[in-house]
Amino acid sequence: MTDKPIVQDFATDWDHTDPAWVNNPYPIWDELRGRCPVAHTDRYGGAWFPATHAGVSAIANDTENFTSRTVVVGNGRPQEDAPPAPIGVAPPITSDPPFHQIARRLILPAFSPGAVNALEPQIRALCAGLIDQMEGHEIVNGGTEYAQFIPPSVIKQMLGFPAGDEDLFREFVHIILEGIDLPIEERIEAFAPIEAYFVQQIEEHQENPRDDLTSYLLNVEVGGQKLAMEHVFGTMVLILVAGIDTTWSAIGASLWHLASHPDDLARLVNEPDLMPVAIEEFLRFYAPVTMARLVKHDMEYLGCPMKENDWILLGFPAANRDPNVFEDADKFIIDRRENRHLAFGLGIHRCAGSNLARLELRCAIEEFIKRFPRFELADSSAVTWAQGQVRGPRNLPIRILA
Amino acid sequence: MKVLIDADRCQGHGRCFSLAPTLFEFDELGNGVVIGDGRLDSQTLELARLAQVNCPEHAIEIDEAP
Ligand code: HEM
Repeated sequence: MTDKPIVQDFATDWDHTDPAWVNNPYPIWDELRGRCPVAHTDRYGGAWFPATHAGVSAIANDTENFTSRTVVVGNGRPQEDAPPAPIGVAPPITSDPPFHQIARRLILPAFSPGAVNALEPQIRALCAGLIDQMEGHEIVNGGTEYAQFIPPSVIKQMLGFPAGDEDLFREFVHIILEGIDLPIEERIEAFAPIEAYFVQQIEEHQENPRDDLTSYLLNVEVGGQKLAMEHVFGTMVLILVAGIDTTWSAIGASLWHLASHPDDLARLVNEPDLMPVAIEEFLRFYAPVTMARLVKHDMEYLGCPMKENDWILLGFPAANRDPNVFEDADKFIIDRRENRHLAFGLGIHRCAGSNLARLELRCAIEEFIKRFPRFELADSSAVTWAQGQVRGPRNLPIRILA
Repeated sequence: MKVLIDADRCQGHGRCFSLAPTLFEFDELGNGVVIGDGRLDSQTLELARLAQVNCPEHAIEIDEAP
């Protein structure tokens, strides 16, 4: 990571990797919302950050003026090596219409509520098993002993990858999400083991097809033709990347909240029926994911002089705190009745895995509080938050109370 | 009174069928669909409104004409 100057003014020089933003972005976004609804920075070769719900939804719904060709902000201009829209490296997230719809529809049935709900017993058993290992300890780590293990195991199962490779997946996700900062040659080098792993899995599935997502992608036909190998590969990588850090962050942030808000923890333990509504409030308040777009052509948009290939960072988490849309937006209200949050995005790219993510989050929290109805942060200064476009606690020491 | 889902707006967030499973279900892609003809009485109207105010895409419409 390069040494960058500390941000003095987020309206004209924002940076989502600045320590102030990483540690606590919410006051920054509140200020931006009041001052200039779309902040600008010359960093990253030029980028915009809409902090209001109106700004985020306008751009998320506008595929005429913005492209999803690259969705992770990198240093300098967008990667010259990124295959052009409409397909992109990782369909459907990097695809634009009309191809986007084809790539998305292919995977939606695998993530429909009916399909993912079948995984519930297995997810619960996984959570309970992790908790068994923590039983009897005074201090447990909600991040490194719990949250981080849940999503990789589920994704492994869906893609049909070998058991025991979960550590490798976390490593891959790290390389992909952080590697964006590297020069192209280094990025290609860092990516080589990931490519080799996926190619091996694909070949293994070609020899032994079975009932999993990898075999499905290899065999499904669109207009009488199988998918291009780059498409299969890109979608597999996407599912791995999109499914792991995100959900791990949501589980961690929810545990962090409960560990620091004993009243909410007590309510959730005593009123289990609140869980579905509480899950939505966790997702609104601690939405972990921001996603990027690229400006397609020079234009004046929302009063801003945007240039072709400027980045847009879509602040879904900032939109979720917009007081124009949410009553008491800056308060966590565990039984909030109206909650049109954007944690899973908005428009055609709505998170394809949202049903699975909700299921994992609900099982993880329910199982944890069932076994440990009282707990608190063991050392709030030791908690670290992941930087970048996925935000959540990584180190989360929790003291279990009697 | 009737509830309907604008299929062009719905993106499958799944809030309606989670909050009001007696009024909405999901199709094979996970998008929301109204069960039956969507007719509402005074009780189901409340439930439909709850789904409406939780739909991020503003895809749920309620026709309150009797
Ligand atoms: C709490 C956890 C999660 C959050 C907050 C989250 C958030 C998001 C967001 C905001 C988008 C929209 C991206 C954009 O507009 O460019 C997205 C897209 C996507 N997510 Fe998730 N996600 C989560 C978990 C998952 C899981 C578990 C999976 C699958 C295993 C998944 C798969 C996807 C896919 C495939 C897309 C691309 C959809 C498209 O472009 O049509 N996500 N996610």
